[in-house]
Amino acid sequence: MLKLAKGLIFFMLLGSAQAQDTADALVKRVTLETVELITKDKEIKAGSRAKLIDLIEAKVVPHFNFSSMTALAMGQNWNKATPEQKKKLTDEFRVLLVRTYASALAAYSNQKFDFRPLRSKPTDTDVTVSVRVLQQGGQPVSIDYSMEKTPGGWKVYDVLVGGVSLVANYRTEFANAVRSSGIDGLLKDLEAKNRAAEKK
Amino acid sequence: MRWRAAALLLALAAAGCATPNGEPSDPLEGLNRGVHAFNNGFDRVLARPVATAYRDWVHEEIRNRVRSFFSNLYDPMIGLHNMLQGKFEDGFLDWMRFAFNSTIGLFGLHDIATDMGYDKHNEDFGQTFGRWGIGAGPYLVLPFLGPSSARDGLGIGLDIYFDPISRIEGATQLRVMTLGLRFTQQRADLLEATRLIEEAALDHYVFTRDAFFQRRRNLVYDGRPPREEAR
Repeated sequence: MLKLAKGLIFFMLLGSAQAQDTADALVKRVTLETVELITKDKEIKAGSRAKLIDLIEAKVVPHFNFSSMTALAMGQNWNKATPEQKKKLTDEFRVLLVRTYASALAAYSNQKFDFRPLRSKPTDTDVTVSVRVLQQGGQPVSIDYSMEKTPGGWKVYDVLVGGVSLVANYRTEFANAVRSSGIDGLLKDLEAKNRAAEKK
Repeated sequence: MRWRAAALLLALAAAGCATPNGEPSDPLEGLNRGVHAFNNGFDRVLARPVATAYRDWVHEEIRNRVRSFFSNLYDPMIGLHNMLQGKFEDGFLDWMRFAFNSTIGLFGLHDIATDMGYDKHNEDFGQTFGRWGIGAGPYLVLPFLGPSSARDGLGIGLDIYFDPISRIEGATQLRVMTLGLRFTQQRADLLEATRLIEEAALDHYVFTRDAFFQRRRNLVYDGRPPREEAR
């Protein structure tokens, strides 16, 4: 119960801070806070995937618009889905993305970040925030967040790693699955993928 | 030998164009899936275990020196590619990097140029052809080398021909060992990325292919590709 109350206060604080942030300030703040938490947390350092996912759910997930991401990855097939299918698709895709994000974060080993200045007008409602992850002796890896302004603050609707859009990369896979076995077939594939990963 | 390889690539590309089937960028999907499976097997049995051992047993500091050393060897060619693409300032900076790193950086063991603010670039023949307006062409999975395209496959042939390591003459053993070390180092750097792809992909083949095309397009435009129309 105390945990719940703490969580609520945390979310309220998060909400109030969020309203003032510009998109690039938000990315910088969330990135640095998340990285600081994972490098300090003993359980996460020891490899606790559940703890890491809890952390991502609390810190990162509120800034993502998963239904937008799912709709974009579905393309034209999105309009063919029933509201119930849309909800299930979004839920499963969200689990997949959060888990992948957790894997990426688990590999973090003190790389430095270079937060690029935002190239947009203050009135823009759709921006790209770029961060470069610097690697010793290697080429920096660019991470671009495509973000849209919503009443609830800036929300990420696509992530590009080294120029590869996550959402675009799922488009063919989703379309293939829908073509061969319908939207329910795709849902089954996503569920199977998530259940298989849980067992590991 | 390399002309025969190039002719084979062109023949494959032509054969592909004759039978469009399914994904337009991948007329040779059947063949490609076969090679993809072969590459995955090779990776699982040999490349990945060796790369994992390298990462776990060789000290990070040494791995960084190895990475910098190989990276430095290619800066002259990268500079030439930037020149060929009309990016003279970038090309000049690549040659400066090579000059600094080969001398003050002790034969490239230390990438001091990056510390001085001269960023490393990523260029190759495939990207130069792309800059010249040549499209990627059909997808091609190359044995051992992985995802490529008709254009980039030809590019890789030229990259290998101009590779300073394959120019080590008269000392086959040294050449093979050097190539082995470079391959291991590159594979080790990709361990996390390949694990992520496996976790993220529903269809590993399709996911890899689409990521390859997106990545190459991004590289051809040096990270600033024009916006693509949504499909």
